Amino acid sequence: MDNNGSGEDVDNVVAMTQLNSSSDWSDLLQELSENKDKKIYIQLFSHFAPKVKAYIIRLGLVETTAEELMQETMLAVWRKAHMYNRSKAAASTWIFTLARNQSIDWMRKQKYPEYSLDEWIEEPDEHNHEGENLVTSDRMEKAISKLPENQAQVLYMSFFEGRSHSDISERLGIPLGSVKSRIRLASEKLKTMWRDDV
Amino acid sequence: MNIKHHLDEATLVSYAAGSMSQAMALVVACHISICPSCRERVSQSEAIGGILLDSLDEASISDDALDQVLACLDQEPEIDIEMIRTSKQHQPSSDLIPRPLQDCIGNSFEDIEWKRIVPGIYYYDLPFKTEKGGASRLMRIAPGKAMLPHSHDGNELTLILQGSFSDEMGRFTAGDIADLDSEIEHQPLVDSDEDCICLIATDAPLKFSTLLGKLVQPMTGF
Ligand SMILES: [Zn+2]
Repeated sequence: MDNNGSGEDVDNVVAMTQLNSSSDWSDLLQELSENKDKKIYIQLFSHFAPKVKAYIIRLGLVETTAEELMQETMLAVWRKAHMYNRSKAAASTWIFTLARNQSIDWMRKQKYPEYSLDEWIEEPDEHNHEGENLVTSDRMEKAISKLPENQAQVLYMSFFEGRSHSDISERLGIPLGSVKSRIRLASEKLKTMWRDDV
Repeated sequence: MNIKHHLDEATLVSYAAGSMSQAMALVVACHISICPSCRERVSQSEAIGGILLDSLDEASISDDALDQVLACLDQEPEIDIEMIRTSKQHQPSSDLIPRPLQDCIGNSFEDIEWKRIVPGIYYYDLPFKTEKGGASRLMRIAPGKAMLPHSHDGNELTLILQGSFSDEMGRFTAGDIADLDSEIEHQPLVDSDEDCICLIATDAPLKFSTLLGKLVQPMTGF
């Protein structure tokens, strides 16, 4: 299949790069929040559904459950789209929280205590949050890859394996205090990059 | 509300990652719902999750996944977005009880079936016991009562909902959170003339009973 004409290849590349930065996806989700249009939804689905499923599999759930929870998450994207506010969170962040909550609710058979997305609508904007969400995912990925390995490790164990501080402490055989200070350092480093890049 | 004591960065990350027990997450959600500065910080921690999600290699999804989801969308009732926006705007909420806790206990501390441990000290267990370790509990402590000095093996979160207490870390009033780990030893004393009501969660159940044991000790000693 790789003997396509070169012109076609270029077209494909152009099509694929049209929406490659996180801010474009956020714009698209914002559009969906104002206008529930299936064409927009399908684009978001194609991009996010395979990633959401990958995330759920990394949490340790089996294929069929991951597929089911992925579909539930993507349904929630449609149902809750009107609550999305581009200036508060990037599309990937918002969809991450939906996938996280779906997975936790399923694993624990209990709702994850939320600080209610509704409050986004109620609260007047105190600060302008634009800056942090406009930092491209490329940049952030780079920042994460630059973290010392032992700091990146505790982030991955938290986000992808759902391990609590004490769980990580047992696994790695290090004191609870060290787990916390590694997470603290990693997070503060990333947040500093956010601020400085604005 | 003048909040002086906030959540530890590591606690916020754990909450954002969804890697914290239900019991602890409830306390975090309660503080965040009344503290704009921690809300801002947690949204940044969640953004780390967003970036990590975006960085994942795509998993293969079933061929008819999109069709199945689209079929469900067709059965969704039409939602009037404007109506939702305006109806959410002026929902009254209790000053004392943060909304995530209201979901568990309702609107008033008076309606709770407090259990007495000893005179002046009451508790109420929240239904988060199935967790592989976590426990959360409301405590109601009369003025002048103190806990024995204690430390913890795991994490312990205490959110003050009413009244105040002081310990080595300072003075804690409504809205403040004491986010402690094993390195800190403290002896909280209820230091104003009203009952202090707080929401406590630990990620290690044994420690929680130890804490209570210690709390009871000075009273039974009399
Ligand atoms: Zn705070």
